Amino acid sequence: MADKFKEQAVIIRQEEISYGIYSMWLKTDKIAGHAKPGQFISIYCHEGSRLLPRPISICEIDRADQALRIVYRVQGRGTEEFSKMRTGGSVDIVGPLGNGFPLKEKKAFLIGGGIGIPPMLQLAKELKCEKQMILGYQDSLFLQEEFKRLGNPYVATEDGSYGTEGNVMDAIRENGLDAEIIYACGPLPMLRAVKEYAREKNMECWVSLEERMACGIGACLGCVCKSKERDGHTNVNSKRICKEGPVFRAEEVDF
Amino acid sequence: MNTKVSLAGVTFKNPVMTASGTFGSGKEFSEFVDLSKLGAVVTKGVANAPWTGNPTPRIAETYGGMLNAVGLQNPGIDMFVERDIPFLAKYDTRIVVNVCGRTVQDYCEVVERLASQPVDMLEINISCPNVEEGGIAFGQSAKSIEGITKEVKRHAKQPIIMKLSPNVTDIAEMAKAAEAGGADVLSLINTITGMKIDIRSRKFALANKTGGLSGPAIHPIAVRMVYQAAQAVNIPIIGMGGILTAEDAIEMMLAGASAIAVGTANFRNPQVTMEIVQGICEYMEEYSVEDISELIGAVG
Repeated sequence: MADKFKEQAVIIRQEEISYGIYSMWLKTDKIAGHAKPGQFISIYCHEGSRLLPRPISICEIDRADQALRIVYRVQGRGTEEFSKMRTGGSVDIVGPLGNGFPLKEKKAFLIGGGIGIPPMLQLAKELKCEKQMILGYQDSLFLQEEFKRLGNPYVATEDGSYGTEGNVMDAIRENGLDAEIIYACGPLPMLRAVKEYAREKNMECWVSLEERMACGIGACLGCVCKSKERDGHTNVNSKRICKEGPVFRAEEVDF
Repeated sequence: MNTKVSLAGVTFKNPVMTASGTFGSGKEFSEFVDLSKLGAVVTKGVANAPWTGNPTPRIAETYGGMLNAVGLQNPGIDMFVERDIPFLAKYDTRIVVNVCGRTVQDYCEVVERLASQPVDMLEINISCPNVEEGGIAFGQSAKSIEGITKEVKRHAKQPIIMKLSPNVTDIAEMAKAAEAGGADVLSLINTITGMKIDIRSRKFALANKTGGLSGPAIHPIAVRMVYQAAQAVNIPIIGMGGILTAEDAIEMMLAGASAIAVGTANFRNPQVTMEIVQGICEYMEEYSVEDISELIGAVG
């Protein structure tokens, strides 16, 4: 049975929540009702010269109202186009895509860096166990109010303007934090540091990866990563980030 | 109104196929498309053994197009026969298997394995620009095209389609060489070799440096080459290259294609193949076209 849908979503509201970072709520027909934390949607540009959908992680899910929130950074022409969309406008989306985070009953670190922070919000809402949210920003903060409603987020900023000066690993050390499981999404240097930390401490660790995608649904093999196991799809050590991922056991993938 | 087309004795319910490499073996797209509504599913290239493909990034968007350098990652013929063919056989559509290889022997091995399978046609990929061995190495001289076509034809039970590269000086010469080698059908065009550079990082957008350009940016080139090939040979042509809409598909048929394949457009809209089938029917109604074959090569 199909659990992915192509829909014309309606923009409920959009705002710039930090410099170049936008928050958009979308009204969906079925996608929000089927979505899980850590999954993503493909968003299609109106402009015809931009052919490929932009994969954007789901930040919040409102299943009752069939609404989804995405928080994204304007990175190129596609996301710039999205940032100009207005309330009441519509946009084609496909989703929910990818596997999402496994929800485990273990004392958890939720580690988000930069534009890897948004998917941690829905995860934090759905993890009912003890959890610590560690968020790394370059300078200006976003989504702080939302995370504070769910606990006491630890913050690191590269310029030291707020919280720990440095990165998320510095924040963990400075605050003497510990956990049994890690969920992480963020830039590659951060994910590598998290993976190494988990290896040293022998912790279960799940990371969300990203890659340039074309189809977003597992057909084109554009967005693979090297994996220890052979993937079930092409029988080589190369898994599809859009399909078997974007969330992987850290030790399972090379990045 | 008749939308059926016949190529090398095989009848297709309509001329709309999927372009190899953009549609997997149909499974992922079956969540969005009723595969039974398509003329054929043309699978991603399959080799005699699993191929790992190229490093990432493999994809880069360009204005009106995209570059890819996937490098023919595939599970090899064993898993393909066990899993992908039974999946496709459940649908009321034709199955065309795209075959790739590093040596002539590799191609022949795969073709022989497929002889006993419920497969309608074989598309021989001698035009992939993203692998060092095989692929395009066979597709850039008339002599080697004729040679590999003869050899594959000797081993094949199903009709063979030779998929030609646009990265040649004279497409008509290549088309004639494939015909001389015994090809039943031609497919064109594969992607055009391109390159993209990120000016901020001063790095290549693709790990492979070069990739194959596809999408609407290449459509006029494809129409021109299909026209030239159709003028040069007497075998049917499957036209492809940047088809995004029913209008593009009809244009390709008017240039001389007996059928068409939709590739990159599947990424822009996963349901586009069905919309193109529908759009072709609407065009036929509007212009009182009784039989779709009236359109083939009707430019002039």
